[in-house]
Amino acid sequence: MLALIVPVVPAVIAALLLWQLPRVMAGEVLAFGWHWVPSLGISARFFLDGLNMLFALLISGVGAFVAIYAGAYLSGHPHLRRFYFYLLLFMVGMLGLVLAADLITLFVFWELTTIASYLLIGFDHSNAKARRSALQALLITAIGGLCLLAGLILLGITAGSFDLLEILELGDELRASALYLPILVLVLLGAFTKSAQLPFHFWLPNAMAAPTPVSAYLHSATMVKAGIYLLARLHPVLAYTPAWQWTLTLVGAATLVVAAVLALRQTDLKLTLAYTTLVALGTLTMFLGDDDSVPIAAAVTFILVHSFYKASLFMVVGIIDHQTGTRELGSLGGLRRAMPVTFVAAAAAALSMAGFPPFLGFIGKELKYEGALAIASEPLLVAGAAVFANALMVAVAAILVFKPFFGPRQPAGTNISEAPLALWLGPLVLAALGLVCGIATPLVAESLIQPAVTAILGRPEVVKMKLWHGLNLPLLLSVVTFTLGVVVYLLQRPIRAALQELLQWLPLSGDRLWDHFIDGIKHLAAWQTRLLQHGVMRRYLSIIFATVAAALGYVLLRNGDIAVDLEWPQLTVKEWAALALTLAGAMMAGAARAPLAAICALGALGVGLALIYLFFGAPDVAITQLLVETLFLVLIATTLHRLPVFSGVHTPRFRPLDALLAITVGAGVTLSILAVMQTPFDATTSTFFETAAVPEAYGRNIVNVILVDFRALDTFGEILVVFTAAIAAATLIGHRLQRKKH
Amino acid sequence: MNSVILQTATRALVALILLFSVYMLLRGHNYPGGGFIGGLIAAAGFTLFAMAWGTAAARRALRIEPGRLAALGVLLAGLAGAVAALLGEAPFTGQWLFLGGAEGDKGLPVSTILIFDIGVYLSVVGAVLALVFALEEDA
Repeated sequence: MLALIVPVVPAVIAALLLWQLPRVMAGEVLAFGWHWVPSLGISARFFLDGLNMLFALLISGVGAFVAIYAGAYLSGHPHLRRFYFYLLLFMVGMLGLVLAADLITLFVFWELTTIASYLLIGFDHSNAKARRSALQALLITAIGGLCLLAGLILLGITAGSFDLLEILELGDELRASALYLPILVLVLLGAFTKSAQLPFHFWLPNAMAAPTPVSAYLHSATMVKAGIYLLARLHPVLAYTPAWQWTLTLVGAATLVVAAVLALRQTDLKLTLAYTTLVALGTLTMFLGDDDSVPIAAAVTFILVHSFYKASLFMVVGIIDHQTGTRELGSLGGLRRAMPVTFVAAAAAALSMAGFPPFLGFIGKELKYEGALAIASEPLLVAGAAVFANALMVAVAAILVFKPFFGPRQPAGTNISEAPLALWLGPLVLAALGLVCGIATPLVAESLIQPAVTAILGRPEVVKMKLWHGLNLPLLLSVVTFTLGVVVYLLQRPIRAALQELLQWLPLSGDRLWDHFIDGIKHLAAWQTRLLQHGVMRRYLSIIFATVAAALGYVLLRNGDIAVDLEWPQLTVKEWAALALTLAGAMMAGAARAPLAAICALGALGVGLALIYLFFGAPDVAITQLLVETLFLVLIATTLHRLPVFSGVHTPRFRPLDALLAITVGAGVTLSILAVMQTPFDATTSTFFETAAVPEAYGRNIVNVILVDFRALDTFGEILVVFTAAIAAATLIGHRLQRKKH
Repeated sequence: MNSVILQTATRALVALILLFSVYMLLRGHNYPGGGFIGGLIAAAGFTLFAMAWGTAAARRALRIEPGRLAALGVLLAGLAGAVAALLGEAPFTGQWLFLGGAEGDKGLPVSTILIFDIGVYLSVVGAVLALVFALEEDA
């Protein structure tokens, strides 16, 4: 039942978006939203333009098919509902992220996708590997997220507004500001971690521990493109500088080359696809580095192409895994007859991936070459990287289709049947879309690509795309690509063996480095906990008092001499008595050898203090002091026999260090109080309370009026603390009691 | 502590102490006292009772789990603060009602402030007793 309802949600969203498409095509920017934190200039505003229309359509459209697919793939799974919840949570996060018109709102949704991704990768939570991968992905993307937050806040401060639409108008001013470089670095860190660029790429292949619908949706079609979206979104503001151009071009090119090589090494179909996703992400980053309209159009087209074929191929691999129980390249073959529909979907998606006409992939590839050659800075590097990546895509596409579907039937002997409709519907439709969009190229160019390119570049652009470009350099490069791809396909076994050999010589992978990093942090945490949380009360107190003494001493020394006015006030007999009691208590406590005597002496000291409060006009404080003193004595008395032996107290030995500490703290506090008394007393606050207490709070006891009326929120916080602390302590004691009984 | 003198004296004393604690609570707005002080006095009374008659008897006399009493107090204080928010003012603003007010006589003041103070009183009694009882039982 749920499997029927859930896909309706994204489908309705997609339909609503399509309904608005004509207005967006006309160049309108639709915005709506609410105030959120007006005092900070933050609003929950959203908007729709050409760029996020494309992303939102992909998120909701692919989401609908993935939801259908997941219903069948995880059919009968005990946590299917939970899965749907996470999936929809992710969808909300992703849609919010691309539609947000406010930097802070964007960030909140950005983090929501990170959390949803964590929950989905670790969905199979009884599997240690899945848990590790989930945590790794969470930590890497969250570290990037924090950098992004810092970058967005700097951007907002520099621009004077968190409104994205306003910021997008301020490109030149921002590029000229001194904070441009920090903003760029922080934003790029956020985007690169999210979109798994080198050197943060290793979390993405590990994320394949997630169920296949998740891999198809989050880790190929949508979430990993959030970083790409961010780069495209902020293109008008941050691009057009050498720093942007070089960073994106080089990081993108490095990612795609490394990932393409690593992809060939894999024998697990799903991992192979994961690495080709990295290739795609690297390609997109590389092209977004430029500011010419052709490379940008190539990037936008490739986003569309890639989402169609990659989601489709992931689902195909999921179907193979679901029906045969394996996705190892070596143990699959000849499935063409048993699974004809799946085969058609796989073939169509692979043809688009390899870039054969008339699929959209072909147009994407031609545009890439045209764009690469149009790049002003490094056409050779970009074109070379693009040819290399595409040749390997051709090889991988061939491997994905020929190996599992042709040749001798494997796994042999088992009865393998075609998957149910719900499983093959998604991949088939998405693969077919790659074909339809390829044939209807001008329409796609006009309705989706051109508005997106216009939004990215921040200036009106016209994008013309057609299937046949004539005999030109891009076509020649295509031929080279196919030839190279076929060669790589034919030589796949020796290449794979050579790569395995080569990679064994590499001392460290990013994954292993990450483990070392995490272990290091754990060790650091354990070390500092042992150092600071040793559990010895006396040492804690010594450290606290030493810190107080040092802080007071520093302030006193820095402020220089204190003019202490030693005019001895006239004290009455009772005041002298209270003072004597306090002093006697302190001295007895210091000299006592038995704990009980020390505690009683402290009690006397407390009473003396309470008397002083009473004589000098603070009856509330005096009463409280007296009561706390009483209860404290009772509590100590009940615990006395369980305290550790007072070694230092029992041995009649002078402790110079403790004495020094006590005298330093005492002298420091006394001098500070004397110093404070010298400064004129500012009576603004107390005058306010004195005059306002009766007319506003109907009370004559100022202390209590402050507690329960003027500062009631503070008091509420305090009783909450008292309550929590008491419950926690009582629970701990009760727990010990239980253990004692057993 | 099994002392007949203490036990006999406690019976009378605890009643007086509790009465006194309520007196301190109610006079707090105009004279020294208030929820915190009243709560401490009441807690001292029950502690005395526990010392004389044992914690089991003291728990029975309290009739409600001290932790729950503390939670009830926090809840009451929070609700008293929420009244103002519901009436559209800043939370924890005092709301006053003068019952039977007439010319020259403002009548009997009733306020959310008092309810808040009772919440403080209950949470202090509950928190202190939760600790005292646990410690005495552990002894």
